[in-house]
Amino acid sequence: MNERRAEVLVLGAKAETMHWQKPALSESSFRKILSIAGAVVLLLLLAIFFSLVIASFPSIRNFGIRFLFSATWDPVRSEFGAFPFLVGTLATSFLALMISVLFSIPISLFLGEYSTQGATPTFIKSTIELLAGVPSVIYGFCGLFLLAPLVRALELKLGVAPYGVGIFTASLVLSIMIIPYSASIGREVISLVPSDLKEAALSLGATRFEVIRKVVLPYAGSGIVAGILLSLGRALGETMAVTMVIGNSNFIPKGIFSPANTLASVIANEFTEATGSLYLSSLIELGLVLFIVTTIINLISKLIIRRMGGGV
Amino acid sequence: MKEPSIKKRILWDKLFKGTILLLTFCSILPMFFILFFITSKGISVINWRFLTQLPKPVGELGGGISNGIIGTFILIVISVAFSVPIGILAGIFLSENRKGRLASLTRLCVETLQGIPSIVIGIIAYIWLVVLMGSFSALSGGMALGLMMLPVIIPATEETFKLIPESLKEASLALGVSYPSTILKVILPAGVSGIATGILLSIARVAGETAPLLFTAFGSPFMNFNILKPVNSLPLMIFNYATSPYPDWHTLAWGASIVLMAFVLGLNLLTKVVTRRWKVQF
Repeated sequence: MNERRAEVLVLGAKAETMHWQKPALSESSFRKILSIAGAVVLLLLLAIFFSLVIASFPSIRNFGIRFLFSATWDPVRSEFGAFPFLVGTLATSFLALMISVLFSIPISLFLGEYSTQGATPTFIKSTIELLAGVPSVIYGFCGLFLLAPLVRALELKLGVAPYGVGIFTASLVLSIMIIPYSASIGREVISLVPSDLKEAALSLGATRFEVIRKVVLPYAGSGIVAGILLSLGRALGETMAVTMVIGNSNFIPKGIFSPANTLASVIANEFTEATGSLYLSSLIELGLVLFIVTTIINLISKLIIRRMGGGV
Repeated sequence: MKEPSIKKRILWDKLFKGTILLLTFCSILPMFFILFFITSKGISVINWRFLTQLPKPVGELGGGISNGIIGTFILIVISVAFSVPIGILAGIFLSENRKGRLASLTRLCVETLQGIPSIVIGIIAYIWLVVLMGSFSALSGGMALGLMMLPVIIPATEETFKLIPESLKEASLALGVSYPSTILKVILPAGVSGIATGILLSIARVAGETAPLLFTAFGSPFMNFNILKPVNSLPLMIFNYATSPYPDWHTLAWGASIVLMAFVLGLNLLTKVVTRRWKVQF
């Protein structure tokens, strides 16, 4: 690698010294440009937040805090309340989280503890990573045509109204979509558990299961939780897949099989049809709520991960 | 206190391992289900005409997705033009200033930006550009996608620059090369593969996005090269066709899904190959 380094150096030096001239860009102005690029990112985020606040101002002024707790969403009478969508968002996300944890923790244990090297774990790891790359509209499409009929059959058997689409279907699709996020962070923190701790437990006669239960999980626990929180952030904001399979009903859902709407899906459905500034600004306020909630959850999870010493 | 017998403990251990293996195996199945399902449903419409023709009104046979493919490329070009310069400069800024108030604030902003739901990004592009210009446009869609690419490109650039040894920079400076030239002509070329990986990854992330385009690029049944007019994109087409009541259009959507999946997964695999083959190392 030394040759390449030298080559690069020579090229760089050549450009500068062969025809000596005053550098086109002085050091201080170059540093200034860099700082401006950093500041632009900061300004972008501030601008995003304040644009949302300003654009949702008519709705904030009109409804105040009542917006969050009112259960009526009626564009015809210009009555807007976010409560049904808050319920829908929380229900789908937490149900999805519960299902996905059932799979993501075993994956992280398998990849972080049982089988860290070789062809099989690499294959599984790549497949799970690819799962994160599948576009959400394709998840929604498959959910609508593959999963919804299955759920409808289940609903017929259970004797509930057979919509096929609804909170349960949306949660199933979401749970698959968020597995990669919690699994990859879980794997990372589990592989960070010091091996002398595990070896000490093994040498005392503990079985692998006991080592995992008494050493690995307590040590990596907060990191695993952080990964789960990160995937919760994803689930809360996921739009397309949920929009396609949740059934789009603007009322408070009655059970896990009933159709509903989430914050994101109602925005996706109604934004282009919104007539009147109050309607539009209410939809934007839903976006503001979503922005604040996901940001808080994300920052908490990143904080935990940073404290664990994992680099994400 | 009575300890459980060793046989019982070993049995539990085996049961646990078996459960882990089973659940891990189950969770890779959806990927194959999706691939199989899309292929079996959509392969029948894939042919040259499908890729090169415009969509036809419902009821007429045939029709393709050419405007969606072109639109996706237009959107990606706009988003790359918007995000790559800012992203690389901001990444260099972060790696050159490990500490400092502005740097840590910027880092926090990048993390926050990464977590913003895509639909919210769509609203932002709507407020900033669509309202301002008075119509849906490829430009606003591209900007929305660009905003989503920034938090991938910036950390990738920062991490790459961290891998390049300080001695390289010092040697260059010692030879009398000015600071801007050292960064742009010595350090940047040395880390170009890492940055390229970041850009590829960010394209893979946004290529399949629909939500930010719903009320920015909006979609259009026509071929359009004007960036101030609405354009179609593959994910938008899939969404519109999939949620329509016509079985013909569903089939078209399955076909479009194959094309989109091939594109996105191809990009993901390409990124992996680039990372492995062409690693930044010293």
